[in-house]
Amino acid sequence: MSETAVRVTTKKDWMSDQEVRWCPGCGDYGVLQAVQQLMPELGVVPERTVFVSGIGCSSRFPYYMNTYGMHSIHGRAPAIATGVAVARPDLDVWVVTGDGDALSIGGNHLIHALRRNVNLKILLFNNRIYGLTKGQYSPTSEVGKVTKSTPFGSVDHPFNPLSLVIGSEATFVARTHDLDRKHMMGVLRAAYEHRGASFVEIFQNCNVFNDGAFEDIIGKQVRGEMMIDLKHGEPIRFGADGHKGVVMGGDGQLRIVEVADVSPDDLLVHDAHRADPALAFALARITHDEHQATPFGVFRDVKRDDYGHLVAAQLVQASERKGPGDLAALLRSNGTWTIG
Amino acid sequence: MCNGAPLLTARRCRRCNEGERVTITSPQAKGETEAVSYVVVRFAGDSGDGMQVTGDRFTSVSALFGNDLSTFPDYPAEIRAPAGTVNGVSSFQIHISDHDITTPGDAPNVLIAMNPAALKADVHLLIPGGLVIVNSDNFEARDLEKAEYEANPLTDGSLRNYRVVEIPMTTLTQRVTEPLGVKARDAERSKNFFALGLISWLYTRPTEPTIAWIEKRFKDLVKDSNLAAFRAGYNFGETTELFDHPYEVRPAKLPAGEYTNVSGNTALAWGIVAAGQLSKLPVLLGSYPITPASDVLHELSKHKHFGVRTVQAEDEIAAAGMALGAAFAGHLGYTTTSGPGVALKSETMSLAVSLELPLVLVDIQRGGPSTGLPTKTEAADLNLAMYGRHSEAPLPIVAAYRPSHCFDAVIEASRIALKYRTPVILLSDGYLANGSEPWNLPDVATLPDISTSFATEPNHTAPDGTPEFWPYLRDPETLARPWAIPGTPLLMHRIGGIEKEDGTGNIDYTPANHEKMVRLRQAKIDGIARDIPLAEVVGDADAHVCVLGWGSTWGAISSAVELVRESGKKVAWIHLTHLNPFPANLGDLLRGFSRVIVPELNGGQLCRIVRANYLIDARSVSKIQGRPFMSAELVNEIEKEFS
Repeated sequence: MSETAVRVTTKKDWMSDQEVRWCPGCGDYGVLQAVQQLMPELGVVPERTVFVSGIGCSSRFPYYMNTYGMHSIHGRAPAIATGVAVARPDLDVWVVTGDGDALSIGGNHLIHALRRNVNLKILLFNNRIYGLTKGQYSPTSEVGKVTKSTPFGSVDHPFNPLSLVIGSEATFVARTHDLDRKHMMGVLRAAYEHRGASFVEIFQNCNVFNDGAFEDIIGKQVRGEMMIDLKHGEPIRFGADGHKGVVMGGDGQLRIVEVADVSPDDLLVHDAHRADPALAFALARITHDEHQATPFGVFRDVKRDDYGHLVAAQLVQASERKGPGDLAALLRSNGTWTIG
Repeated sequence: MCNGAPLLTARRCRRCNEGERVTITSPQAKGETEAVSYVVVRFAGDSGDGMQVTGDRFTSVSALFGNDLSTFPDYPAEIRAPAGTVNGVSSFQIHISDHDITTPGDAPNVLIAMNPAALKADVHLLIPGGLVIVNSDNFEARDLEKAEYEANPLTDGSLRNYRVVEIPMTTLTQRVTEPLGVKARDAERSKNFFALGLISWLYTRPTEPTIAWIEKRFKDLVKDSNLAAFRAGYNFGETTELFDHPYEVRPAKLPAGEYTNVSGNTALAWGIVAAGQLSKLPVLLGSYPITPASDVLHELSKHKHFGVRTVQAEDEIAAAGMALGAAFAGHLGYTTTSGPGVALKSETMSLAVSLELPLVLVDIQRGGPSTGLPTKTEAADLNLAMYGRHSEAPLPIVAAYRPSHCFDAVIEASRIALKYRTPVILLSDGYLANGSEPWNLPDVATLPDISTSFATEPNHTAPDGTPEFWPYLRDPETLARPWAIPGTPLLMHRIGGIEKEDGTGNIDYTPANHEKMVRLRQAKIDGIARDIPLAEVVGDADAHVCVLGWGSTWGAISSAVELVRESGKKVAWIHLTHLNPFPANLGDLLRGFSRVIVPELNGGQLCRIVRANYLIDARSVSKIQGRPFMSAELVNEIEKEFS
């Protein structure tokens, strides 16, 4: 760590001079606040931090952070950020994306960044709608959704973003939402501390084109019974006084039960560090629609070498084996002859 | 004009560009050789017959022997088309000489045809009277049927204009390898070494390098089998009386220096390594496999000890994105591809134009559109390079003209990218990529310094006196913006594809600003004309006729212009390596000629551009067959201008 890396910063150091231009009431403000508040706590400095985004409302994010940043092309942020992170493993690289950007036009780059385990912190703002283009259905919109491009209701089956990324060999997978800054900061901190690709789905409200998309889950009146807070090493319980819990049935399916109806030993103990992704996958699939109890927190957090370091290590190994590159010798490596 | 008995020698008739036939009146004693100034040999066989390896070996030994040479691998897109069919024929043509040459030769003097399909596909290319050596074991009824021959060409008289030598190469190889314990079917795989041995004798090639190569490359029984086949082929030539005597192409009197034989793609990969060294920057290549560009990825992946990172991306778009991300982070970013990949990278190139970051896209052109002719050459991506982006997105274009020039061309593309903070497209093509030639190696100490500097300090002061960094505050001369890389304190900044205000880089949608930025980006590229060499006229500056060329047509134009000038006519020739911007004097030069012809392996793309730019009545000479020009074709086209 260089000396600058331990410099103390404040939230203000992370705020750019640009006017924030999201719609009033947009959930994006909450994420921006959380990130700007978290950065000083992480002990990092703006000059070693890079935010890369694609296109969409959320992708304006880098303009508002006083770091290095690039607002790039629709869907391509994970690829461009991969270039940054592979070139410079010393940097902290964050990707800000949305459900259309990451799961539709950029789906290919997302899954490959995750399987390579590039050291990227990927924040997917999921509002289940295209906001910037003013209200078309997205790959996470529910079947039947009526939008400008689906006046008779959408017939597209949506993605479950977390099961997609777990299937893409992601090593860190988490979910949070825009109404609980403390929870979000906790999840983002864990994402930051994970070396490799971290994927965080953020339920984010678009109050203009899809207002209240997650209200049945994270609304203040219902969240006590609808949000399942995952804590590593603890039995999965939720609801008032933890009266509900999660068990695994004999068929391998996870079920939500009344704790009183089962033996305490039957409750599933959350293990985010389990190498096998099946449990995280099952937890990601426990919710079948937007009206069911939904897990939040860290689903999966396992160790695997990150891509940038693996690439850099090969350079070091090659130098150790062959010595530093000698251009004159390279040009002669296929044999030469001399004339005159 | 040419006439006389067929012969293997290759004294070229300058007029018709065919072999001058010299009859041998007295057989020479065995062991004597006859010197010829050049020969063009074409190896042709089934895709699985190892013709590319055979050609490579003949090339390598000829290079080490000191000949000048030029090669033309010509193979199908299918890995293994149905065996024995014309579609599956894989050929390798090599031109070796005792003097400076620029093309792989219009017409072979010798064709080695391993089966009827190879004969059918390639025999028409030969000079009249040329030598055809066939593997007669492969001319059974079934083989002829696969090649769709109705009658056996060896017996029906259709080859009467050639000298045909039938050799049962498979049988002879089996016979010589059988004592080693090689099964008859396995011996088949060594028969290309029999052919190589035979041709090595015929053209007096030293055998040691080939033997050493076989010993290094193969093991156990395969090694022994190949060695036995190679020696048997060589001895077959020496001991049989099928050939009067061997020929010798003496070492070429090339300029003094240390030479290596290099293909365009290898030279390009080495040029990228060199550009990293010359700029003192780490290199990152993002690439996705595509013919004929993949060899650049393969070659660069070997050289990690030069600080070269290579990433095989998930797709062409990601490959360009990774290179751009690396450039943002302070690396020298490259992405290598062919035409279809350029199309996919187009949006990223537009972003790079807007971001004003250095980036080099290498397009190894091939026949198109779409999958087109993946293994065949074409130079039809000039319009794509020039115009293939949305909106107004100009960028510099550099074109390589011979295999070894790919080295210098990519260094030049990198220099421009770094100095002007701009994406650059480098055009090569399949013919340059896979063709090879001797290269008089440069002294690395004389290569240009293309280093640039990163911004390290704020470059502006706010009204309240606070130092600031403005990412679009330009160098007044080059109009390049500062390159501040992550990790640099105080210079944090955001860039993006949204239109920005010059100077601050802040988002700015105002009408006047947009026009200003569009014109600034254009002016920056136009200004590069002051920083590239002026176009030079080769040949007769006072001629009426000028040939304007670019890219790999260089070899054929060079040879054609020389032939026409030798016939007493005046011809001028301008060959472009910078296609955007053009050299500052190009318009004035072209207007000085009454006739301008533009040979291109496309429908006339450069021709239309110079007509539009300079209002000159240039004539397009166009060939779109997946093959390079022959010199004779261009001689005819040039001569039309005198009629």
